[in-house]
Amino acid sequence: MQTFNRSIHPGWLIIAPLLVLVVTLYLGPIMNILWLSFTDPEPGLGNYAKLGESDALLRIVWTTVRICIVTTLFSVGLGYSIAYAMVHCDQRQKNYMLTLLLVSFWISILVRTFSWLMLLGRKGLVNGTLENIGLIAEPIAFMRNELGVLIGMIHYMIPYAVLPLLVSMQSIDTRIMDASRNLGASGSQSFLRIYLPLTLPGLVASTLLVFILSLGFYVTPAVLGGGKVLMVAEYISVQLLVTLKWGTAAMLAALMLFGVLAMLWLMSKFMKLSTVFGGTTR
Amino acid sequence: MAEPLEIGSLQIRNVSKIFGTFKAVSDVSLNVQKGEFLTLLGPSGSGKTTLLMMLAGFLDVSEGDIALDGASIAGVPAEKRNFGMVFQGYALFPHMNVRDNIGYALSVRNRAVAEIEACVDEMLDLVQLQQFADRKPGQLSGGQQQRVALARALCFAPPVLLLDEPLGALDKKLRVEVQEQLKVIHRRIGTTFIYVTHDQEEALSMSDRIVIMRDGAIEQVGTPKELYERPKNKFTASFLGKSNFIHHNDKVYALRPEKIDLIVGVDHQDARMNGTVSSITYFGSMQRVIVDTKEGQKIEIDIDVWRNANEVKLGDAVDLLWADEAAVELQMG
Repeated sequence: MQTFNRSIHPGWLIIAPLLVLVVTLYLGPIMNILWLSFTDPEPGLGNYAKLGESDALLRIVWTTVRICIVTTLFSVGLGYSIAYAMVHCDQRQKNYMLTLLLVSFWISILVRTFSWLMLLGRKGLVNGTLENIGLIAEPIAFMRNELGVLIGMIHYMIPYAVLPLLVSMQSIDTRIMDASRNLGASGSQSFLRIYLPLTLPGLVASTLLVFILSLGFYVTPAVLGGGKVLMVAEYISVQLLVTLKWGTAAMLAALMLFGVLAMLWLMSKFMKLSTVFGGTTR
Repeated sequence: MAEPLEIGSLQIRNVSKIFGTFKAVSDVSLNVQKGEFLTLLGPSGSGKTTLLMMLAGFLDVSEGDIALDGASIAGVPAEKRNFGMVFQGYALFPHMNVRDNIGYALSVRNRAVAEIEACVDEMLDLVQLQQFADRKPGQLSGGQQQRVALARALCFAPPVLLLDEPLGALDKKLRVEVQEQLKVIHRRIGTTFIYVTHDQEEALSMSDRIVIMRDGAIEQVGTPKELYERPKNKFTASFLGKSNFIHHNDKVYALRPEKIDLIVGVDHQDARMNGTVSSITYFGSMQRVIVDTKEGQKIEIDIDVWRNANEVKLGDAVDLLWADEAAVELQMG
């Protein structure tokens, strides 16, 4: 008992209550879901076998992954240029941009989603205006399809993409870019050989963050997809609340969890995860 | 890079830099000889770094012109100037190893791999970092990083090398060592060096010529000896070494502390001033004595301890003597 006591760092005592809380309230339910996915309605791999049997289920998973990939590409791409602009303009403009970014960050997802409907819906501002000036005869279908889901999700995700990139870009010594120019590198050479590699950890962090958050999107596809775009999160909710197939729901949830863990594992093969999440390069 | 360079003289003509209403550099004219080691020396805010940034092409010239061997380069962007530069804090590329850092300039010029390798090896040899070629900058000491920065800036054989306080981050002992290495390298490669510092000892020990700057303008230009022996005004006299200022017949003279003789006892026939010793500070190779004169002035005198045994004591009445040529007449202001 004595040796056991000695080997425990006193710091653990301070976080012990928190640890208990996390284990019981977070890990517990997750374990329960994993358990359910193997046992409900009957023990075995039956729920996972459905993936192979049901086209519909596979299509939902594929739709989700496809939408998440497109969302991630656009959010991170746009986020990269926004972060770049913020780092390289003067302090006052930077404050304005940061305020605007954070305001959109803080507004409820429900409000932002319905705003898109008002703006781009069949009778929305854009279609109405275009019809009134005679540019189009029929309203353009921006909403109630996959395009609508993508617009809503990319818009929601941009602040998440910008923030890790901003941190990573801000930490670059401007003299390093001067040095690259001084040594004769053109703008694109400096970007590809110095700036991009140095912001790569931020880029990876932002990609991971956006992709993982996108996987769980529920409100936006439900509202902007108009029932035509079914993603995993919405399907899980239907299984839980309507059809009461908890086993299938648990299986899909477990699948997403494994997917995320697999991505983190894959990423850790290429770089230290601690650098991505703000640790030092060394 | 081995063949001696035929180019590398700089002509700076009436150059000014204006930020809004602030004139950071005003009307500076200067000719830099090919192969010269020229130091821009001044306190912070004197415009020396701004001038260097204009030479590097990172800042535009507001007025005037800069020419390399007679041809204007004022409109040439930084990446086309082919000037080497050692940055304050070195600005090494943290994600590349030493070899790739040094070879970067040739690599972005799309030179053959063999040529780059050869040049990098030569540079590693020059700065004696062969065994560190595969390390990242973060794994090197400050002095080693400084040498990588130097090698990186010299690898493409630039006609001019600009150095922005390159030794500022090193501790004093290492600084003296690197100063020596820099001088050796400068002699070996014959590139024009333009060196910015606020450290007067660095300037005195390394330069062929020193440009003393103040408030954006040049105060005085000359060899270290010229500037030390014949300062033009109070600013130069006190910025480069220490000076006593003696007022006599409405004129001001600068008098270096080591050029004054001190004799204990009063009424020596050649005495220029007399007073009492109010402070003695021992520095090992010499001691600094402060004498309060009858006129109410404090005069600093450096005494060679070895040749003048400890005969001076606090409170002694002393005579001060110096040769006529020791006192340098200054311009007013």
